[in-house]
Amino acid sequence: MVDHLYYTLQLADNALVIGHRLGEWCGHGPVLEQDIAITNMALDHIGQARSLYQHAAKLFNELPQDEKANQFQSVALSLKISNGDALEEDDLPYLRDVWDYRNVLLTEQPNGHWGNTIARSFFYDIFQQLYYTELQKSSDEQLAAIAEKSLKEVAYHVRWSSEWVIRLGDGTAESKKKIQTAINDIWSYTGELFNVSEAEQAMIDKGIAVDTASIKDKWLQRVNEILNEATLTLPEDNWMHEGGKNTQHSEHLGYILAELQYVQRAYPNMEW
Amino acid sequence: MTVRDFQQAFDEKIDKEIAIEPRDWMPDNYRKTLIRQISQHAHSEIIGMLPEGNWITRAPSLRRKAVLLAKVQDEAGHGLYLYSAAETLGISRDEMIEQLHSGKAKYSSIFNYPTTSWADMGAIGWLVDGAAIMNQVALCRTSYGPYARAMVRICKEESFHQRQGYEILLNMSKGTEIQRKMVQESINRWWWPSLMMFGPTDDDSPNTEQSMRWRIKRFTNDELRQRFIDVTVEQCKILGMTLPDPELKWNEERGHYDYGPINWDEFWNVVKGNGPCNKERIATRVKAHEEGAWVRDAALAYSEKQKKRNNKTDHQAA
Repeated sequence: MVDHLYYTLQLADNALVIGHRLGEWCGHGPVLEQDIAITNMALDHIGQARSLYQHAAKLFNELPQDEKANQFQSVALSLKISNGDALEEDDLPYLRDVWDYRNVLLTEQPNGHWGNTIARSFFYDIFQQLYYTELQKSSDEQLAAIAEKSLKEVAYHVRWSSEWVIRLGDGTAESKKKIQTAINDIWSYTGELFNVSEAEQAMIDKGIAVDTASIKDKWLQRVNEILNEATLTLPEDNWMHEGGKNTQHSEHLGYILAELQYVQRAYPNMEW
Repeated sequence: MTVRDFQQAFDEKIDKEIAIEPRDWMPDNYRKTLIRQISQHAHSEIIGMLPEGNWITRAPSLRRKAVLLAKVQDEAGHGLYLYSAAETLGISRDEMIEQLHSGKAKYSSIFNYPTTSWADMGAIGWLVDGAAIMNQVALCRTSYGPYARAMVRICKEESFHQRQGYEILLNMSKGTEIQRKMVQESINRWWWPSLMMFGPTDDDSPNTEQSMRWRIKRFTNDELRQRFIDVTVEQCKILGMTLPDPELKWNEERGHYDYGPINWDEFWNVVKGNGPCNKERIATRVKAHEEGAWVRDAALAYSEKQKKRNNKTDHQAA
């Protein structure tokens, strides 16, 4: 059923988009050891994305024929589908356009400076750890297995981004100002992590998806613990952006996809 | 012991193939030569991350993206081992990086060429890493212990990279006509600069003789270049591609391939800073370093605060 596909794409697109963003740092980090660390995390997310897209492709291939047609807007993908080709790992990430992507807006926000990237990862990593811990109980065994396999990596991500929040918050006056501003700026993109899309609700009802309401308090508590240690605070304004889960994106995603998909789009139907 | 005795002991070690270690006495020039060579090598790894990093966001599949990320990450790791090896000779990483940024220290000129197509990720792995391995395998037995040990680790990973690069090209060469064209065009661009990686001809390489005596170098530039050409010609046949040298042919008598003249003017021009990407590469590194200054300062300030706090708790506990 199509909700199951959409929900899996939500997870897959999050993993790909944040992995892609972190990978943009490769070769440009503030110090060699951190260049290695952030590239490692990019790799973890891309690895998770691969497993999730394989699963999503399988879910798509199992849809009834009439549900497959007109599922996605992209001409390249529609052609493939109307030819009756089975989709594979790379088709969904490389051939869908912005209006079929389902990642949260948080993940597509630009890297900015080191503090902006750390703030984005910090909120996301703690969320992902709590979320994947629950996802291990999913009635979709494949998703449960991916969550279980990823959690070791995610634990490292949480430690890394939390330590950096503390280091920058409790470092110099300049770093404190920078990370506090970064946290204030990215905060309005965290609300969407807990919004439930229609597809997601259908999957929560089936025991496949995690009910985000169940982890929200814990998330906020952990975020505050680290911010306290870092001598930082959350902003008071709680107005939140949303849209990514329902395919309404910022302008940034288009540029990510323009790069990501360039070779596949310019030279279609080839093996690389 | 007099300097002469020290020198004698050093020479004996070199002759007996006993590794020189950081605490051993060594001639000043041996130390200087090694610092120059190892730091150059480290810088090459770091600058070398950029031409390939250029394709991370555009890799054509998720698998290729992951493999490329891992590869560039390995290069950063090689840079780390090599900076550490050079530090055992009494120079700090900061000093070396300063020399790179100011243009005082050099790095392999090959990284001053642009990567303009995906096939370049294959050609760099196959040709550039292939040429590097020829040099590096020889360096696994170099006389300075920390350098030799770093090279052993690096060589293992490099040969993996070379296979991955070759596999990219092999895959594309089995693909469509446009993909084969892309592969050939990339080989045409990377072939000559790869041959230049071995350095000037022996007649024109002033440091070779002394480095051979010290067993820092084990083979001359021309010997290694010839060895590289001989194996690469065969690998190219399997790809069904050609190398852009009309004079390339097997010489039965020598038991080697003959090859055409290398454009040394181009080589020296790029070494002097006039290659297509010299300025960009250094500017990119300088920018990353400068923009990272506040981050490094914060990390340092935080760790000093932590030390003080720990001292305080220790005192209180005592």
